[in-house]
Amino acid sequence: MRVATLANETDFDGWRAGARALRQAGVQPGEAVFRVGRSASGLFDDGPLPPPPDAGFHTPRAFVDLAQAVILHRSEDRFDLLYRLLWRLKAEPDLLRVVTDVDVADALERAKNVSRASHKMKAFVRFRRIEAADGERWVAWFEPAHRVLERTAPFFARRFPTMLWSILTPDGSAVWDGETLTFGPPATRDMAPSEDEVEEFWKTYYASTFNPARLKLKTMQGEMPKRYWNNLPEAALIRELTAQSSARTETMVAAPASAPNLRLAKTLSRIGRDHAFDEGFVPSTLEELGQAVQACRRCPLWRDATQGVCGAGAKQAPLMIVGEQPGDQEDLAGRPFVGPAGQVLDEALVEAGIDREDAFVTNAVKHFKHEPRGKRRIHRTPLVSEVSACRWWLDAERRLVRPKVIVTLGATAALGVLNRKITVTQARGAVLTQPDGARVVANVHPAYLLRLPDEAARIAERRRFVEDLKLVRALL
Amino acid sequence: MAVLDLRRKLAVLADAAKYDASCASSGTSKRDSIGGKGVGSTEGMGICHAYTPDGRCVSLLKILLTNFCIYDCVYCINRASSNVQRARFSVDEVVELTLNFYKRNYIEGLFLSSGIIRSGDYTMEQLVLVAKKLREEHDFRGYIHLKLIPEADPRLVEEAGLYADRLSANIELPRDEALKRLAPQKDVGVIKQAMGRVRLKVEAARPAKKDRAKPPKFAPAGQSTQLIIGADGASDTEIVDRSASLYAGYGLRRVYYSAFSPIPDSSSALPLSKPPLMREHRLYQADWLMRFYGFSSAEIGDAANDGMLDLAIDPKLAWALNSRAQFPVDVNTGAREMLLRVPGLGVKSVNRILQVRRWRTLRLEDIGRLCRGIHKVRPFITALDWTPGGLTDAADLRARMTPSVQPVQLSLF
Ligand code: SF4
Ligand code: SF4
Repeated sequence: MRVATLANETDFDGWRAGARALRQAGVQPGEAVFRVGRSASGLFDDGPLPPPPDAGFHTPRAFVDLAQAVILHRSEDRFDLLYRLLWRLKAEPDLLRVVTDVDVADALERAKNVSRASHKMKAFVRFRRIEAADGERWVAWFEPAHRVLERTAPFFARRFPTMLWSILTPDGSAVWDGETLTFGPPATRDMAPSEDEVEEFWKTYYASTFNPARLKLKTMQGEMPKRYWNNLPEAALIRELTAQSSARTETMVAAPASAPNLRLAKTLSRIGRDHAFDEGFVPSTLEELGQAVQACRRCPLWRDATQGVCGAGAKQAPLMIVGEQPGDQEDLAGRPFVGPAGQVLDEALVEAGIDREDAFVTNAVKHFKHEPRGKRRIHRTPLVSEVSACRWWLDAERRLVRPKVIVTLGATAALGVLNRKITVTQARGAVLTQPDGARVVANVHPAYLLRLPDEAARIAERRRFVEDLKLVRALL
Repeated sequence: MAVLDLRRKLAVLADAAKYDASCASSGTSKRDSIGGKGVGSTEGMGICHAYTPDGRCVSLLKILLTNFCIYDCVYCINRASSNVQRARFSVDEVVELTLNFYKRNYIEGLFLSSGIIRSGDYTMEQLVLVAKKLREEHDFRGYIHLKLIPEADPRLVEEAGLYADRLSANIELPRDEALKRLAPQKDVGVIKQAMGRVRLKVEAARPAKKDRAKPPKFAPAGQSTQLIIGADGASDTEIVDRSASLYAGYGLRRVYYSAFSPIPDSSSALPLSKPPLMREHRLYQADWLMRFYGFSSAEIGDAANDGMLDLAIDPKLAWALNSRAQFPVDVNTGAREMLLRVPGLGVKSVNRILQVRRWRTLRLEDIGRLCRGIHKVRPFITALDWTPGGLTDAADLRARMTPSVQPVQLSLF
């Protein structure tokens, strides 16, 4: 048996020095003993001191991190487990990655318990305030599940740097003086204050935020184990709250519905809103139309969209530009053509010499049709029935704006405006005169330009897009 | 009206706020108070400072500024026509209470909501004022969650985002038609528009490139919402579809599901029964599958019966039992996406399997060490020393995998 002596229970440096020396001396895991406390004979009980560890001796960083956590575990055999791992690392340098290995799994489990104990300490420390001659002090008594005081105290220094606090535990104490954190000897419960006036408020809050209809004791105990209850002022209420819960729930369930409060009911009738959509309604201004579309239920597209997006632009614009439907960004912003396709359109308009001020921009369908895919929404082409349903709104916009020329962008827009299907690539460039006198020119949708994978094709198509817009300008 | 003392007000306004399930204090920017004039820190992971016997975590001081309300949402204890006792905090009272609780390490911060008083604008203004005081006068750096009043002026929402870590507006009822019936003054369109604006703001605040100047922070912990389960007749698949649409549309961090709970002084328009807690639990599991396991809402719908999730087994197991042709998966060669679909294997277990199998060929006992219970996993995998044989397709597999008795509530004392 070879014995290495550590200064205290969490003396990692001492353990490391001892373990290195033992390993250097070829002491097998079963033969090495780690002992806490002063030992007159130094590192080894028998045999000469081994030579200092050679320089080539290397332990992976991951092992050091793991060992620093495991050593805080309250189990007696933690030093031996760590030594066994260190020993095995020589022959199996990748050992720590094999998390299914019995020793590795054991060490990881203990590290997890330690980290949990540290987390619970952050959660369950309760400071009590005392008035000292030179100002206020904050003191907590706490019993951590593992020896995590030194590991966890810096958290409190970051959180409460302007308070003078100390945390007393059976393992030691931590004191923050406003600038530095120091650690002192173990403490006892009676060294901490026994009450704090705000605790009554806290208990009131705890009792009131509890919903008796949802008793789930097991979950509560799993997360707030009984071992901590002693030092939690609110835990004193658990028994009573639990005991009353079923009676309280049954009273609520059994109570007859009460008569509504009349005084307030009167106030209500004044602010009741009516969102019903009236089929016979005809909007007389664009503002009215923009509000009314929010209540539209002519097709199901309103359901998953944020809002109906109506046209925007000059009220008596000579040119109306009709797209397909609002996209993701338009749906959120409530304005047409603000996303990437809108940018393409804006640039093309400038190039074609068309002032955006002269145009009224809108869509054939007012709600965004899409499919959710994780955190994104994927555009879906509206059905003919949806375009037809929404034509009611497009026609209303046409009646109010009375444009001379209408440009349709893409097949859906053409369908919305012309009420029949056309092939855009064949129809583009032609001027179709409508019964109301408006002249319609079909063009592709700018999103189509964005989707073209081939650079050369994109440039060519874009040029054509602008050319077709120039033709429109000539009609204005 | 008698003046209520502060403790009584706290009791009333905490009670009034408890039906909102949200409690998270996680996912915000990392900060501490070193060099500051006050207290407070956030370090990524949320902290639950206590648990009530309902198993819910107490992380934030969750209160209403007031439970007076001019709206009359039938499912809500604070609705105008309810006879519940009313109270109102002053802005300073909330600020003081928050700091007093925080300094004693009871909470991570504040979750402040309110009934609608006077108008949406006025109410939102009051909420913002509390957050502003905490941040500016007290240099408070803990967590703040503010409820959005959807009807309020967008500029107030913008201001709220400067002080708050998280903003939330509750959709409450999965069916829009039901919201109209049960919350006549609310408008789902207005709520969605408010959420849409928040998403645009949050995205605009994200630094585009490293070298660019940082835009001002806006609600770094994003936004969330809540759906009440069991008040409007919506099926589980309707609810799951609704969530999928909300996650995709507004970049929500979380959708909370809250089993409709009987309230004192309740309205005759609602079911009076114990809250469907198991149903709520299954919906959370389904939500999890969508967010972390690559399931679509349609796939979850496939595993449901008449639109309802199986209450006896979890939705992942239900899906696997319906999709047995895709199993067993070889743990030594299977793709990550498929391993994630094995019942009983969580994201962490799968990551560990992928790590270890580069160094060792896995046996069944290795898998046992990586997951909570090998019993559930076994029929769906093959390993070096294990094939499930006919087990995967056994007719009675569902029966074998169903926990025989519901675990008895643990006795406390
Ligand atoms: S897409 Fe058009 S028709 Fe359909 S609901 Fe929206 S506004 Fe009404
Ligand atoms: S607006 Fe509706 S849900 Fe909100 S407090 Fe008032 S009644 Fe309750």
